[in-house]
Amino acid sequence: MDFTLDTGNTAWIIVATALVLLMTPGLAFFYGGMVRTKSVLNMMMMSFISIFTVAVVWVVYVYGLAFGPGEGLFGSISGLIGLNGYADADGLGAGVGIPALVMVAFQATFAIITVALISGSVADRMKFGAWTLFTVIWVSLVYAPIAHGVWGGGLLGSFSPSTVIDFAGGTVVHINAGVAGLVLALLLGTRKGFGKEPMKPHNLPFVMLGSALLWFGWFGFNAGSEWAADATAGRAFLNTLVAPGIAALAWLLVEKIRDGKPTSLGGASGIVAGLVAITPAAAAVDTWGALAIGAIAGAICAMAVSLKYKFGYDDSLDVVGVHLVGGVIGTVLLGFFANLDEGTTWAPDGALNGLFYGGDFTQLASQIIGALVAIVYSGVLTLIIGLALKYTIGIRVAEEVEVAGIDLAEHGETAYEEAL
Amino acid sequence: MKLVTAIIQPHRVDEVRAALEAAGVKGVTVSEAAGYGRQKGHTEVYRGAEYTVDLVPKTRLEVLVDDADAATVTEAIVSAAQTGKIGDGKVWVVPVDDVARVRTGEHGADAL
Repeated sequence: MDFTLDTGNTAWIIVATALVLLMTPGLAFFYGGMVRTKSVLNMMMMSFISIFTVAVVWVVYVYGLAFGPGEGLFGSISGLIGLNGYADADGLGAGVGIPALVMVAFQATFAIITVALISGSVADRMKFGAWTLFTVIWVSLVYAPIAHGVWGGGLLGSFSPSTVIDFAGGTVVHINAGVAGLVLALLLGTRKGFGKEPMKPHNLPFVMLGSALLWFGWFGFNAGSEWAADATAGRAFLNTLVAPGIAALAWLLVEKIRDGKPTSLGGASGIVAGLVAITPAAAAVDTWGALAIGAIAGAICAMAVSLKYKFGYDDSLDVVGVHLVGGVIGTVLLGFFANLDEGTTWAPDGALNGLFYGGDFTQLASQIIGALVAIVYSGVLTLIIGLALKYTIGIRVAEEVEVAGIDLAEHGETAYEEAL
Repeated sequence: MKLVTAIIQPHRVDEVRAALEAAGVKGVTVSEAAGYGRQKGHTEVYRGAEYTVDLVPKTRLEVLVDDADAATVTEAIVSAAQTGKIGDGKVWVVPVDDVARVRTGEHGADAL
């Protein structure tokens, strides 16, 4: 097969890759600001270590598991160890003129952020060694098959009656990470004092900085997922501006009505809820669809973050309330709002359109099944991995470590000097 | 000699300092403090979870004065710090046995 380089597409995806990578340090700030002073370094390091481990295992074998050819649970890794002999003509971006290694790097950044997202539910109490090992095992056994199923033609995508629309990662990234976060939170148990002692965010400006970096990077995530510099990428780009905007407004409105005041934490959280929900839909809905999905996600996520107190699971930084709930909302609402008739070069025949745009119930069913498959697979596999770690090396730090602060015990550092 | 200690609203510090200066007070020590009185704390809401914050930030001022000036200084602080709302703080006066100026070694009223 011949390969013709497209410089425009290649340039955009190289830039988009850097944008998506920046999301993970952004997430480190978003999460880091939300924990207490004694565990901010550990919180941020859980995101950073995900970059380190996934970057390495990705080029050794995980890319092949996720995007190598194959119709089973995994792709094949032959020829991909060390990426030797990996020709541009056989690469993921062959059809759009993007060199193979550029796509390997682009996809790596998605795996990295997905793993890092999970860390929000395990704040203050997970052994750093266990987390590090978890990142490697989870990206191999959970992320790779789900990415392969939804984006690589693998087994997990074959349960739905029509193609599940997941433009940039509603199932693969957000539902997947949200479920994994829930499972780990349940396996770890609640933090000492959860629901009784105040555990208020120690640095809200960090949280706002983090949400801004996430938003900035997310333009690469969503518009980059078109793998081309074209009008469809532009549609995804605009929707990535619109949906978080209205989602944050909706979140603040819920707070104003329920709690009396619109908070900065609510604004930052609303941005992320909107980003999560528009992710699967980015180029698959028109601007009205983006406004609707954003508004619904912002309002529902603002209410969903309180569920953990009701049910007693310590999803510390709301991976479930924001990523699982937001991911499900975006994925399922595509069954109503998907509009591929105009403004997009991707599946332009309207075959996958949602109920409000001339489609029938087939696409809604596909979207629901796609979400359920991701929930069940991620839940079961994460449970197995988590149990294996729990009963071998252990996953939770000692109580005295948790009380004194995980930063000092696990990293030998403290983030801030105590005043005198 | 007397030690006048005042716990006041942090946002009244500048007014109180000006009033002390007008009353002829030469020096004051200011520190950040936290506590609660009859108003108790307040509540904060994070992602819908309500936290009670028991300790409210306050500012503590300490002034050493001559016995004769204690009442004037106390009144100066009270009138400058007063907003009339709950949480305005308290001022109290205690006797002081001796005061020494470190630089010169002077004692008593000379050291004020």
